[in-house]
Amino acid sequence: MNTKIKQAMATYKRSPFSFVMRLMLILSITFTVGMLAFILVYISAKGIPYLSKDLFSFSYTSENVSMMPGIITTLMMVAASLFISLPFGILTAVYLVEYAPRGSRVVEIIRLTTETLSGIPSIVYGLFGNIFFVTVLGWRYSFMAGVMTISIMILPLVMRTTEEALISVPDDWRQASFGLGAGRLRTVFRIVLPSAVPGILSGVILAVGRIVGETAALIYTLGTMAKIPDSLFSSGRTLALHMWVLSGEGLHINQAYATSVVLIVLVVGINALSGLVANKLQKR
Amino acid sequence: MNKFEINNLDLHYGDFHALKNINMQIKPNTVTAFIGPSGCGKSTFLRTLNRMNDLVEGCRITGEILMDGKNIYENTDVNMLRKDVGMVFQKPNPFPMSVYNNIAYGPRTHGITKKAQLDEIVEKSLRDAAIWDEVKDRLHKSALGLSGGQQQRLCIARALAVKPQVLLMDEPTSALDPISTAKVEDLVLELKRDYTIVMVTHNMQQAMRASDETAFFLLGEMVEKASTERLFSAPQDKRCEDYITGRFG
Repeated sequence: MNTKIKQAMATYKRSPFSFVMRLMLILSITFTVGMLAFILVYISAKGIPYLSKDLFSFSYTSENVSMMPGIITTLMMVAASLFISLPFGILTAVYLVEYAPRGSRVVEIIRLTTETLSGIPSIVYGLFGNIFFVTVLGWRYSFMAGVMTISIMILPLVMRTTEEALISVPDDWRQASFGLGAGRLRTVFRIVLPSAVPGILSGVILAVGRIVGETAALIYTLGTMAKIPDSLFSSGRTLALHMWVLSGEGLHINQAYATSVVLIVLVVGINALSGLVANKLQKR
Repeated sequence: MNKFEINNLDLHYGDFHALKNINMQIKPNTVTAFIGPSGCGKSTFLRTLNRMNDLVEGCRITGEILMDGKNIYENTDVNMLRKDVGMVFQKPNPFPMSVYNNIAYGPRTHGITKKAQLDEIVEKSLRDAAIWDEVKDRLHKSALGLSGGQQQRLCIARALAVKPQVLLMDEPTSALDPISTAKVEDLVLELKRDYTIVMVTHNMQQAMRASDETAFFLLGEMVEKASTERLFSAPQDKRCEDYITGRFG
C-alpha cells in the first residue's frame, strides 16, 4: 500500500496536472453520487415513516388522502400516451432516416419543428391543451385531454431518440439486405428496426420519466380530481399531481413525502422493466 | 454468350465523372478481377452490375449493361436483379441474428417459408461456402460471435442462399488474415464452376492466384482487360505496366 502511494506520488511529481485532474474527478463523482444519495435518503427518511395502509386504500377520502387512484391513473397515463406517441414518433423517425432523401427541405423543416417542440416548457403545452382540447373541443378536464397533451409533449423526444437509434445502425446491414434483393420495407422492419430497439427503448424510458413526473402540462388538462378516471372524458390525478396538490394544500406534507417515495420506486420499477424487455428483445 | 455485356457506360456522382465510357464483356463461369489504385472506379463499376449505386444520392448512369442479353437498367425489378447478382462486401457484415437466420433471411425474402426447405438451403449454402463444419453446432447462436474470416464465409453462404447466377465480391479479403484469405480464394476457385464471379481486389497476387481475366482501372477508365496470365506477363498499356510493376499505386 505504502509503495503504491509512493509510486503514485512519484508520478504526480512529474506531472502535477494529472494530480489536480484526479482530484477534480474524485470531487465531481462524489458530488454527483452524494447529491443523489442525499435526495434519496432525505425523502426516504421523511416519507417512509408515513407510508401507512391508509395511503394505499382503493378510494380517496379527505382523511386517508390515498394515493392509490394516483398510482393507477399514472400507469394508465403512461400506457395511453405511449400508445399514441410511439407509433407516430417511431414511424416519423423511420421516414426521416430511411426514406426521405438526405438533406431535403422537408426533412430540415421537420427537424427544426421537433427541435423547437422539445424546447417548449411543459406549462405551455398545458395551456395549449387547455385551450384546444379542454375548451375548443369541449373535452373538459379529462383523461383524454391529458393524454393528448402529454403525447404531443413527448412526441419530439421519442422521435429524436428513435432517429439517433436508427442512424447508429450500421449501413453495412442495410447494404447486405438490399444486396440480397430485399426491398426497403423488409430491410427497415426486419433488419434496421430490430437492431435499433435498445436505442428506442432508452427514449421510451426518458419519455416515461417525463410522463410520470409531469405536473404543469396536466394541471390544466387532466385536472386534479382524486379518483381513477372512469371514462376517457373524466378527470383524474396522477401521482405527481397528487403530490403537488398535497403539498400545495399544506395539510398533508408528510403524506406528500410518502407519495414521492412511491413515485421514485415507480420510476425505478418502470426503468428496470424496460431494461428487462430490451434484454429479451436483444436475445431473440 | 457473355454473362454481362457493358456498352458505353458512364457514371456521374453529381459533377464528378466517376466512370468513363466503359466497355466490357464478362464470360459465364469465370472469375474476373478488377485491379487499380484506390478511387479508380473499380468498386463503383462493380456496384453498377447489381444496381447498388441506385442507393447513392445524385448518381447518374448512361449507357447499357446487358445481362444475358437483357438491359438491367430497363424494365428490371431491381430486387430480382439483386437476387440473381449476389454481393459480398469488403467488411464482413453478418446481420445481428443467429447463423441460421442470417442464411435464411434471403430465401425468406423471396417467399420460402417451409422449415424443411429452409433447413436444406441453409445446410447446402453453408457447405458450399466451406463453413458448415465450423458452424453446424452453433446454428442458432449469434453470427457476430464468429471470427472475421468465418463471418466473411458466412456472408458468402448468405449470398449463395438465394441461388444467384453471379457473385460480386468487393475486396472480400481486405479485412481478413492470410489464412482466412487463402480459404476465401480457394472457395472462389471452387465456386466458379457454378457461378460467374466478379471481384475487386487491391492485391495483385490475389488477382493472379484466383482470376481468369483481369481488368485494370485508372481514374474512372478501364485501361486494359485481358486474360490474367497475359495482363500480368505482357501488359499492352504503359500505365498498366507501371502499375503492376509497382511504379505507382
